[in-house]
Amino acid sequence: MDLRLSDEHEALRKAVEAFAHDVVGPVIGDYYARGEFPYPLVSQMAEMGLFGLPFPEEYGGMGGDYAALCVAIEELARVDSSIAITLEAAVSLGAMPIYRFGSDELKAQWLPKLTSGQMLGAFGLTEPGAGSDAGGTRTTARLDGDEWVINGTKAFITNSGTDITGLITVTAVTGEHDGRKEISSILVPAGTAGLSVSEPYKKVGWDASDTHEVSLVDVRVPAANLVGQRGRGYAQFLSILDEGRIAIAALATGLAQGCVDESVRYAHDREAFGRPIGTNQAVQFMIADMQMRAHLSRLSWREAAGRMQRGEPFKQQAAIAKLYTSEAAMDNARAATQVHGGYGFMIEFPAGRFYRDAKILEIGEGTSEVQRMLIARDLGLPGA
Amino acid sequence: MKIVVCVKQVPDTWSEKKLDPATKTLDRASVDGVMNELDEYAVEEALKIAEATSGEVVVLSMGPEQSTETIRKALSMGADAGIHILDDGLAGSDAVATSLAIAKVIEGRGADLVIFGSESTDARMSVVPAMVAERLGLPQLTFANKVEAPGDGTVKAHRLTDYGYDVVEASTPAVISVVEKINEPRYPSFKGIMAAKKKPVETISLADAGIESASVGLGAAWSEVAEFADAPARAAGTIVTDEGDGGTKIADYLSEQKFI
Repeated sequence: MDLRLSDEHEALRKAVEAFAHDVVGPVIGDYYARGEFPYPLVSQMAEMGLFGLPFPEEYGGMGGDYAALCVAIEELARVDSSIAITLEAAVSLGAMPIYRFGSDELKAQWLPKLTSGQMLGAFGLTEPGAGSDAGGTRTTARLDGDEWVINGTKAFITNSGTDITGLITVTAVTGEHDGRKEISSILVPAGTAGLSVSEPYKKVGWDASDTHEVSLVDVRVPAANLVGQRGRGYAQFLSILDEGRIAIAALATGLAQGCVDESVRYAHDREAFGRPIGTNQAVQFMIADMQMRAHLSRLSWREAAGRMQRGEPFKQQAAIAKLYTSEAAMDNARAATQVHGGYGFMIEFPAGRFYRDAKILEIGEGTSEVQRMLIARDLGLPGA
Repeated sequence: MKIVVCVKQVPDTWSEKKLDPATKTLDRASVDGVMNELDEYAVEEALKIAEATSGEVVVLSMGPEQSTETIRKALSMGADAGIHILDDGLAGSDAVATSLAIAKVIEGRGADLVIFGSESTDARMSVVPAMVAERLGLPQLTFANKVEAPGDGTVKAHRLTDYGYDVVEASTPAVISVVEKINEPRYPSFKGIMAAKKKPVETISLADAGIESASVGLGAAWSEVAEFADAPARAAGTIVTDEGDGGTKIADYLSEQKFI
């Protein structure tokens, strides 16, 4: 019965905490306000080996595990969610499908560049008309000789349009069996003719992360760029999504904790009616509740990660972690903004950023409704 | 080139530090320990020199049991091996005794360069590097903000002074202390953290090092804390009213404080 980190994970946590506090904190607000991707920060994260955390050394990784990745994501998100999601998406969505399902050739060709952070990978599943509903996928890929020809549009794709984006793996309909669409994953290198990204989205939050709509018009890639089995693309993605939920839960925990950090500081410094606002029980109770939610959030992702790494079933626990932590992040962001008063509404205050960044956590990688559906299904409820 | 870099675990720089009324020494139990910030620059400088000259970096620390965390941190940054001088008899050692223990251990093993941070954030005396150099009979290049050690038996440094810097040069072996911002200390990677677990850390007691216990520790200290008091609250700043000469007044003040 122990949810503490190992000495090595704790040393990693401290290193990322120091990096986030000393290097990210002082500059991220400006990137955020400009809506600019923070290349120098990403390059330093690459030097620290963060993009290689859960991969073996033979592919240039750090030889760590998924929990190590989650620890790093939580610490980054305590200071800023944009860089945390950049790391999460690059590893969980960009590199992991290739590592799990790709051929030896694809792994040898792409993983060292991805795990070193020299290149970012993206995954294109969501479409303007299809997110959690795979049957709605309209992007198609047909074999023409030894090449796939891909046509379609992908929406909300993280890391798809940076200067260092190296590839986008897309899901596409590659056939139909008994009225059911056969969906496969295909790796499309950046710069392939016919692949283009739109102007960056104007988002409510995560302003220093890179998100675009991706368009594929007669994009031709080698048949060998199929990632995993033909027709297994969606199933493969779902299995990746379960662990991805734990990473998002770690990110949400970081945001929830960041709200506590900022509120505690502000409650000491800010005076009203001649004394620090933290002397008011109304403020103390708000912050105590925030800390409770941050603490429980941490326990929930760590427990789910522990199950996953021991090879036990973890679908329900991952869904609970994602659901609880994202709602905790939202609640804490609202409370932190309230503690900060008018300054909480200003982007240059972290609390203001946290408020804008929290909402997407209840939507991305499966909405809160999808998580509840998964939990209900796991409980065997009728009709679930 | 063999480089010994000396590091110290200190109470977290940003925490409120307290003295223990009974021993009049720092209460180390009440706050988290971290590697002395200036020592991170020393480790980085040692690693850079070692990388350029295919050298070896040995990290040396004297301190209680938990100082191993600081040694491990230096190992995770890339140092090759660690030495921990650990003995209850060392508790309360002043700078003179500390320099004795460090010099004894280095003397027995040899080093081409010994690198220190220029001061610790807890004691802040800045004298240990010079004392170690004296005891070892080595040249000292202290308060360096630039070091060149190409591995040809020489070492050159820019030594900070009140008004600029002196360029000083010595033959190796030599002792160096570095100041803040000489470099950008690296963050340990997870691979480095994992590798650090397998690196050797030798623990040395007073007896192992051939140090008489009467010459170190609180009892042997050359100075004694007679009494201590809380720091006075910060005084209000000076307000300069601009009567057309505000710029001159500010310039005078900055010049008086040697900022310009």
